[in-house]
Amino acid sequence: MSNAIEVRGLLKSYGEVHAVRGVNLSVAEGEIFGFLGPNGAGKTTTIEILEGFRDRTGGDVRVLGQDPATAPLSWREDIGIVLQESEIETELTALEAVRMQAAYFSEPRNADEVLELVGLDDARDHRAGKLSGGQKRRLDLAMALVGDPKLVFLDEPTTGFDPTARRESWDMISNLRDLGHTVLLTTHYMDEAQQLADRIAVIAEGRIVAEGTADQLADLVSSKPRITWTHSGEGAAVPSRFDAVSEGTKMVIETTDVVTVLHELTNWAVDNKAEALLDDLEITRPTLEETYLKLTATDAENPEANA
Amino acid sequence: MSALSQIRNQTSFDLLRFRRNPAAAFFTVILPIIFLVLFTSIFGNETLDSGAKVATLYVPGILSLSIVGATMVNLAITTTTRRERGMLKRLRGTPLRPWVFLLSQVLMAMVLATMMTVLITVIGRILFGVSLQFSALPTLIISLIIGAASFCALGLALSTIIPSEDAAPAITNAIALPLYFISDIFIINEDSPGLIRTIGNIFPVRHLVQAVQPAYDPFVDGAPLPWGHWAVILLWGAVGVVVTMTRFRWTKS
Repeated sequence: MSNAIEVRGLLKSYGEVHAVRGVNLSVAEGEIFGFLGPNGAGKTTTIEILEGFRDRTGGDVRVLGQDPATAPLSWREDIGIVLQESEIETELTALEAVRMQAAYFSEPRNADEVLELVGLDDARDHRAGKLSGGQKRRLDLAMALVGDPKLVFLDEPTTGFDPTARRESWDMISNLRDLGHTVLLTTHYMDEAQQLADRIAVIAEGRIVAEGTADQLADLVSSKPRITWTHSGEGAAVPSRFDAVSEGTKMVIETTDVVTVLHELTNWAVDNKAEALLDDLEITRPTLEETYLKLTATDAENPEANA
Repeated sequence: MSALSQIRNQTSFDLLRFRRNPAAAFFTVILPIIFLVLFTSIFGNETLDSGAKVATLYVPGILSLSIVGATMVNLAITTTTRRERGMLKRLRGTPLRPWVFLLSQVLMAMVLATMMTVLITVIGRILFGVSLQFSALPTLIISLIIGAASFCALGLALSTIIPSEDAAPAITNAIALPLYFISDIFIINEDSPGLIRTIGNIFPVRHLVQAVQPAYDPFVDGAPLPWGHWAVILLWGAVGVVVTMTRFRWTKS
C-alpha cells in the first residue's frame, strides 16, 4: 500500500526561529494518523505545509503523490480540510453552505447525504450562524467531506467541546476510516489520539520525538505494567526481592510478569496476616498521557540533546 | 463544474447572503435612498444658472454614491471579513480557481450597482420629476460598467491594506465619506474653491458623477462621450487591479 503522506527532513525557519527542524512522517492510505504535540511545537506549521498553505525552508514532502508547494489545483479535489478557525457563512443554512462548497469540486457528494453522515440532517435548514458549537464543527466536517476527499486534515477537531460532544465526534471520526478516508488528525489531547489514531507521532520543539501505535509509544518510555498499592508505613517491610520502589505514599513494582509477582506479593501479605498492607492494590499500564508528558518533558529538560 | 456555472453559483449564493444581511442591505440600499430623498427635498428646488433644478444634480450624485457603496465599500468590508474569519482560507483549500472567486465577487457587486441605478432613477423620476434622457442611456450604461468594475478593483485593493475586521468599516468610510463631500455629491456648489475641485478631480468619484450627470440633465442633448472621466476612473481601476494582484491575501496575517 502506498503512503498518502510522505515527509522527509522537513525544515521551516522564520528568520532565526527554527519552527520545524527535520520532521519525518509517513501516513499510510486508509489510516487515522494522530499528530500530537503541545502548542508551539511546530504542529500547525507542519500541517499547513502539508495542506499547501505555507511554503517550507527545506526537505521533501509528498501528499497524495504531489508536492503541495507546486501541486496543481486539481490536487485539491482529493483533499478535505477542517480548519481550526474558520467560520461558515452565517447567513446561509447548513444545506446551502454545503451546496456552495460542493460546487467547488468536480465530483462532489450529495449535500444531503453528507449532512446525514455528520448527523446534521435535522438542522439542515438552520442558519449556520445559529448552530451550536458542536453542530458548527459537524458542519465544518461536512464542508470538508462534500468533495469526497481521499485525505482529510482535521485540525484539533474537539477543542472546546464538552465530554458528550467529544464522544460524538470521536464516533464520527472513527467512521471516516470505515468510509475509506485517510485522516491526519492533530490534537493536544492524548486520550483523543489514543482513542482514534492507528498510529501517533509526537512532535516537540520542531522534531518528532516518538512515533508508533499508542501501545508502542507507551512501551518506549516504560515497557512494564505497574503494580501499586498504598503504603501505610506500618507492619512488615516489603521484602527486597520484590524491588518495590516508594513513590510518595504509593509502593510501586514494575514488572513484565504480573501474574507471578502478584501471586507472590499476595502470598506474602496473607502469610503476614496483614492484607491491609496492600491497600488500593492496582495494576496499571502507563497511559499515553504519562508517556507524552515524559517524552516532551525529557525533551524540554535536555534541549542540547536534540540541537 | 465549468468556470461559468461556478461563477453563476457563487454570485447567486453571495446575493442570497446579501439579502439576508440587514446591515449590508441598509448601508448599500436604504441609506442612499434616504440621502436622495433628504437632500433633494431640502435643496432640490433651487435653480442652477443653466436653468435646471438642483434635483437633476442630486440624482446622478447619489447614484454615484450608490455605485461606490455597492462596489468599493461593500467589497472592502466583506472581503476583509471573509479573510479574517477564515472563509477565504477554506476556499483556498478547495479546487476553486482564485480568479473565478474574485470575478464572482465583482459580478455580485455589479448586480447590486445596476439594481441601485434602476432604483435611484425610478425614485428620482417619481418623487422629483428628474427624467432619464434616453439619448444618453448608452453613455450611462458604459459609465456604470466602467465605474462599477473600477470601484470593485479598488474595494479589493482596499481590503489588502485593512488589518482587521473591526477596522474595515472605519477605514473604508474614512476614505469614502470625504470623497463624497469633495465630489459634488452632498454639496453642490458651482463656486466651490479651486483647491477642493482640484483635489476632487484627482480621485475617481467626482469623475463618475460627471460621467453620469448628462443622462439626467434636460438641457443636455447629444453630449459628447465623457472620455476624460472614463480614463481617470479606469486608471484608478487599473491601480486597484495591480494592488489586488500583488497584495491579496487569503489568510489572516
